[in-house]
Amino acid sequence: MSNVKIPDPAFAQSIIDAGGKTLDLCYQCGTCTASCPSGRTTAFRTRQLIRKAQLGLKDDILPSEDLWMCTTCYSCVERCPRDVDIVDIIILMRNMAVAKGYMAEDLKKVGRSLLKIGATVPMADNIKQLRVSMGLSAEPPTTAGDPKAMADFRKIMEITGFDKLIGGQ
Amino acid sequence: MANDKFALFLGCIAPLRYPGIEKATRDVFKALGYNLKEMTGAGCCPAPGVIRSFNQATWLALAARNLAIAEKQGCDILTICNGCYGSLFDANHMLNEDPELMKKVNTILKEVGMHYEGKVQVRHFAEVLFNDLGIEKVKQKMTNPLNLNVAAHYGCHFTRPSKLKHIDDPERPRMLDELIEWTGSKSVPYADKMMCCGAGGGVRSRDAKFALSFTETKLKNIKAAKADYIIDVCPFCHLQFDRSQRDLPGYDIPVIHLSQLYGLAMGLPKSSLGLEAHEVKVNL
Repeated sequence: MSNVKIPDPAFAQSIIDAGGKTLDLCYQCGTCTASCPSGRTTAFRTRQLIRKAQLGLKDDILPSEDLWMCTTCYSCVERCPRDVDIVDIIILMRNMAVAKGYMAEDLKKVGRSLLKIGATVPMADNIKQLRVSMGLSAEPPTTAGDPKAMADFRKIMEITGFDKLIGGQ
Repeated sequence: MANDKFALFLGCIAPLRYPGIEKATRDVFKALGYNLKEMTGAGCCPAPGVIRSFNQATWLALAARNLAIAEKQGCDILTICNGCYGSLFDANHMLNEDPELMKKVNTILKEVGMHYEGKVQVRHFAEVLFNDLGIEKVKQKMTNPLNLNVAAHYGCHFTRPSKLKHIDDPERPRMLDELIEWTGSKSVPYADKMMCCGAGGGVRSRDAKFALSFTETKLKNIKAAKADYIIDVCPFCHLQFDRSQRDLPGYDIPVIHLSQLYGLAMGLPKSSLGLEAHEVKVNL
């Protein structure tokens, strides 16, 4: 049978080792799915994603759209009767997907912005003018107008390999 | 004497998209006796959904750098955004729980001449207004009581995960409703009040249409409850509600950050609230 899926316990273990210690506590009650705003209007099922993680169905999980449906609202975590750190586990699996090169272009853009200016969005001229008109500095006192701070910020991203991960600026 | 306890963490969306939130926060806290310190050179928190989803080690090290900037000044951090609060609070918690992780992060920080001990507390401005100041002190400064009919939007990372944050009941919180009531306004109940705005977790960046479906559900419920304004405590939720109404005509519900609402109630000039940056016009 071609659709038989082979569990990979090593993948499940790698999630646990990365910090998802509560993964195996899940007993599949489905409270997470019932609480999930993303699952209301789509086929995304939190319970199913966690079950796949327990089984280590790596090839189902890492390239999937499902992995990116979570808004990290924590409704599931608040209600989970087993205290599974569902959002943390999803984030750890996203890290693994990104390491394998699964990353939407629009998300890469946010990463590139962080590398370039230390912020997720750029400054705009009308905002600069508004800032000045209110008596604020034209640039906020962040990495924005501070080359030394930006160099430090970028250096940290180089040490952790973030620049390579998102394919440079 | 002014209170020097807090350093103001700006994040990205407030200073770069809705600077009125930054200005109102500065002025409101000044009026309440706080001398907010600058976190010069701070960067993105970094965003809990997007950046943490890419690489948690990077997220943690950059968050630790921000925490270290406040620690060097002997300050706690005041955040004005649920995302910044979520990231910095969670990162701080992880570092303080795990000495090995703290050590690892400090070897990275050492490369840029910094160090983090773990002494900073990360706070959310709304919770500081409620817990540190309280109704008496805040109401004393409210010279311009408002009589608005509003929908409170808590957002997700303000109260959750509640097992770490202990801010309020994560299902039926009251804090933001009470903070709104202190201004003389009414916080109206509406269906699915604790639902996410849709922007978080990288969803807005990756699939704006899907994020919009969350926002539309919320706007429908808010309209049905006959609220005239949305009051938020997060510039990212703020942006999602405000800018989404370009694509969702017919609602026309202005979006106001709690700091701006407090600015109004404390009689700050409207020119200090930056309402010009709002997509849905605020006529107050």
